[in-house]
Amino acid sequence: MEETGGVKLLGFWVSPFAQRVKWALKLKGVQYEYIEEDIYNKSPLLSKLNPVYGMVPVLVHNGKPISESIIILEYIDEVWKQAPLLPQDPYERAQARFWAKFAEEKVRQSVWEAMCSSGEEKQKAVKSAVEAFEEFEKELKRRGTKFFGGETIGFVDIVAGCISYQLAVHEEVGSIKILDSSRFPAISEWIKNFLNHPLINEGLPQKDQMFAYFSKRSKEIASRKMSHKTA
Amino acid sequence: MATKPVKLLGFWDSPYVNRVQFALNLKSIDHEFIEENILSKSELLLRSNPVQKKIPVLIHGDEPICESLNIVQYIDEVWTDGPSILPSHPRDRAMSRFWAAYIDEKWLPLLWEVYEAKEEDSRTTLLEKVREGLVLLEAAFVKCSKGKAFFGGDSIGYLDIALGGCLGWLKGIEKLASVKLLDETKTPALLGWAETFCSNEAAKNVVPEPEKLNKCLKEFQAQAAAATK
Repeated sequence: MEETGGVKLLGFWVSPFAQRVKWALKLKGVQYEYIEEDIYNKSPLLSKLNPVYGMVPVLVHNGKPISESIIILEYIDEVWKQAPLLPQDPYERAQARFWAKFAEEKVRQSVWEAMCSSGEEKQKAVKSAVEAFEEFEKELKRRGTKFFGGETIGFVDIVAGCISYQLAVHEEVGSIKILDSSRFPAISEWIKNFLNHPLINEGLPQKDQMFAYFSKRSKEIASRKMSHKTA
Repeated sequence: MATKPVKLLGFWDSPYVNRVQFALNLKSIDHEFIEENILSKSELLLRSNPVQKKIPVLIHGDEPICESLNIVQYIDEVWTDGPSILPSHPRDRAMSRFWAAYIDEKWLPLLWEVYEAKEEDSRTTLLEKVREGLVLLEAAFVKCSKGKAFFGGDSIGYLDIALGGCLGWLKGIEKLASVKLLDETKTPALLGWAETFCSNEAAKNVVPEPEKLNKCLKEFQAQAAAATK
């Protein structure tokens, strides 16, 4: 069912969640208007379109908003049938949904926590991140394909894809090392193939800008934690 | 494909397992229920869900599917001659998924925290958060149901299943803490919905009875505490 109504995407330049939606729209060749939001100074538009969370990304299609990146991806896949993101087979779809959730909750989230924490908490978070990477590596090896989705980029690749361009920055900011290419050859190869796709690599945030942003964020989160402890 | 044997690994006191049971009942799917002891996981569970090691797991033929909401979607996609669980329009599907994710990420974990709370103060704060979430869900119900009995309209849908799975723990907490969480003033529509849902064929022998549930959870907490000493 293709609808030709207007498509808008509210995002934030460094948000990995908004980036997922951009990738999906580009891979499907869907024209959209991008609206940059300042998430630290939210517009009335964002609050109106996402009253529950007030966060980006929000996709607006035919005037109606959809939020939460993974839910937006499924919506995009159902409305625009070209270049399918999810497989057709119900069992494979269930696997893709499982691994997408894993990529979000265990892989991306644990790296973020490892970057923002310190001391014992940091050690625990790094351990969780490495364990998550091990599972992901195992699954990629088992599939033996160029991407998680097969020979073309799919649902899980897009959800996990943020690590391809942000992991190195998080590691540097957090003084952590998770992706050792000798320990994770399949993931390292997958990152290379993923970033090699012109639509994926196009318009990604600059490394130095991400470094500055995440350094600042990381310090803010750390000082907030300290003030909670001493309060 | 739909004629391969179906097994469900789970335990009757789990909201996540209950969801799958509702879906199986809705579609009249014959299945074997294999009760798992989550403090002593079976080989079958560990083999079927090696990554998370959690229930529920649906095993269809020899293929395991994990994560309750994933399983419900899988059931809906495979057994297409029963009533549809997800709505047909992509926007309504997105809305159902949004609220199901809200329940799983922001609201349902609060219920377990209530059961785990050691002090009255923390319990009171948690109960207040539970109530705030229910007010949001009340508004979502009014919007999604469009005056009908269920989130899914005339019949039980994805969001009914997602929230319906939580009714066991919700009623258990109401009994345990002697409080009303669903009430006539703040959440009248959800109160009505809960009654309709629990008396539906798909749900009535699945939603745990509060006293039995609370006794079982208390025993589980004691065993879990002893196991970590």
